[in-house]
Amino acid sequence: MVDSIEKLIQYSQSLRKPNIRDEIVTQIYQTTRSICQDSVIYPKTETNRSEKLDQILTSPIWGFPIMFAMLGVVIYLTIWGANVPSEALANLFGIGENYLTAAFQALGAPSWLHGLLVLGLYRGTSWVVSVMLPPMAIFFPMFALLENFGYLPRVAFNMDRLFKSSGAHGKQALTMAMGFGCNAAAIISTRIIESPRERMLAILTNNFVPCNGRWPTLILLASLFMAAGFATGVQSIVTTLVVMGIVLLGIMVTLLVSWILSKTALKGIPTRYTLELPPYRQPKFLNTIFRATVDKSLFVLKRAIIVAAPAGLITWILANIMIGEQSILQHITLFLDPFGKALGLDGFILMAFILGLPANEIVMPILLMGYLATGAMTEVDNMVELKKIFVDHGWTWLTALNMMLFSLLHYPCGTTIFTIYKETKSVKWTILSAVIPTAIAITVTFITAHVVRGLGLV
Amino acid sequence: MRHYRIALAGNPNTGKSTLFNELTGLRQHTGNWPGKTVLHAEGSFSYQGNSYTLIDLPGTYSLFSNSADEEVARDYIIFEKPDATIVVLDATSLERNMNLALQVLEMTEQVIICINLMDEARKIGIQIDEKKIASRLGVPVIKMAARNGEGIDLLLKTLHQLVTGKISPQPLTIQYSKEIEEKIDELIPHIQNLIGNSYPTRWIALRLLDGDESFVQLLKEKYSKGKLQFNPIRFPSKHAN
Repeated sequence: MVDSIEKLIQYSQSLRKPNIRDEIVTQIYQTTRSICQDSVIYPKTETNRSEKLDQILTSPIWGFPIMFAMLGVVIYLTIWGANVPSEALANLFGIGENYLTAAFQALGAPSWLHGLLVLGLYRGTSWVVSVMLPPMAIFFPMFALLENFGYLPRVAFNMDRLFKSSGAHGKQALTMAMGFGCNAAAIISTRIIESPRERMLAILTNNFVPCNGRWPTLILLASLFMAAGFATGVQSIVTTLVVMGIVLLGIMVTLLVSWILSKTALKGIPTRYTLELPPYRQPKFLNTIFRATVDKSLFVLKRAIIVAAPAGLITWILANIMIGEQSILQHITLFLDPFGKALGLDGFILMAFILGLPANEIVMPILLMGYLATGAMTEVDNMVELKKIFVDHGWTWLTALNMMLFSLLHYPCGTTIFTIYKETKSVKWTILSAVIPTAIAITVTFITAHVVRGLGLV
Repeated sequence: MRHYRIALAGNPNTGKSTLFNELTGLRQHTGNWPGKTVLHAEGSFSYQGNSYTLIDLPGTYSLFSNSADEEVARDYIIFEKPDATIVVLDATSLERNMNLALQVLEMTEQVIICINLMDEARKIGIQIDEKKIASRLGVPVIKMAARNGEGIDLLLKTLHQLVTGKISPQPLTIQYSKEIEEKIDELIPHIQNLIGNSYPTRWIALRLLDGDESFVQLLKEKYSKGKLQFNPIRFPSKHAN
């Protein structure tokens, strides 16, 4: 006998079955559809075109392949298009450096000042500009074009099922996509997720997609070490595939970590939401490209230079102040070296990641400056010489792979961590947002290094 | 002279606030819903000797408990039982908007549908047969362009007829799968037994079935405080006759 509200609730629970809400919503949608089909006449306009496009772009069969293809095309164009201007910029800065050196000599400046300003500050900054500007100037406008075209909500639509089955919110696909640009901005964008539990999931896992500070590192290492053995024509394609593999790995880790968290610390079932798929629009090409270049590329570049310039200085100082027989930098790297080796990396790489905490953009320049400050001062004009520096320091493809993995999975940059604190107002979750990725990065690189070495592949 | 409370529901960006301002003019005040950080706007107007209070519910895409906004809107319609609910739809994306209307129709039959932004829809060339929609939904449907004042008079006239009982809507009942319908039929007598017919029993049965935790919790609370049994019966139940 159902004679109390508790019994009624209990009884209804026994009648429940999974997905009943989905069935209800589907029935509501089908009813509106049938009503509107009878009574509304649409002109042959964009609504129709949008619907037809959506049938392909969000179809269960074609949705994912098209998404991967788009990602591949964007990465490929970035890599392929950035090669030439990158080298040209590097050459230009090399020439500038010669003039600067000549000027310092003519003025009779002391060699420490030349070292500090030219070899430290100037070289570090020019490196960041020549490696980062071209890919960003290509990547951001393409991303902005896809966004303005209306494709990003479709990505969220496609990914919804994956996120839902990992216990997260479908909108996390959107915040994840933002993360490809900048993780700190993406953390702020998680405000679109209402439920605190799902928002926390999105915040904690956002770091697993590479931001613009890490794209150049991934692209550079992939093209230097993974695509080296291939013919010139296919090198860009191989690089693209490797970078895509890293991105997909990042997405898989995102889903896996979301799933584990939603089964443990952040238990709960995903809430439902309405995702508006706005009609596709033809983006205003020139406007979009201009805005993306000016707003994003230059903004990010400015930040990179502001952080990179002092970091270049600090690295140079650390590398040139001697304690006993060795520089401070050497002491640090020697100390970190055993741990680095265990992860298939080395002491320099770990030091670069630690000093690179303020911004991921400067990890590579710091690493290079660290290597250069201890060895002969080679100028880095082209990719062959660049690779030689790495190989001279005992790099193999495993080192490159593990550095890519570590870069993908390690703690977020200082700005992002600060943003996480501002958004969550919780010290505990902020610390976890750095500890979880770092633990994963260490575990994954450790296992990779030992498996590869154990199989005798390097 | 009688006094009526009217709720205004709709998706975001449908011109709901324009209609609210058009009807109430300067006679409105805003605040927060009790205990929620959701804006509460209320205004008043009179028509043909009766006075009306218009409550602007938060703009939502649905009335499931996905957010504080949706809970506020849902709770108002279910527990405060306005004398009528006006659902504002965007004529340029009617199909997406109508989902909300169907959800409101499951909660109350005192509904008027306003298809707003007709001026924009006409500009794009969208043609809407509101009589057909009205016959399917079983409630009055009015085409309007609130910002030009188009359709306001008809809305007021229809509202008057609805609250004074000159129109009695026969709202569409959405038919679910046989399995769900059987479960609804099993639950309804028990719900009626506990809280009578003053609340939409079919809608409550659906929420109990789809496990809407926030609503179930609220129902429990209200019931144990005795609020459900003693409420004046204002809701004419679909199962009453």
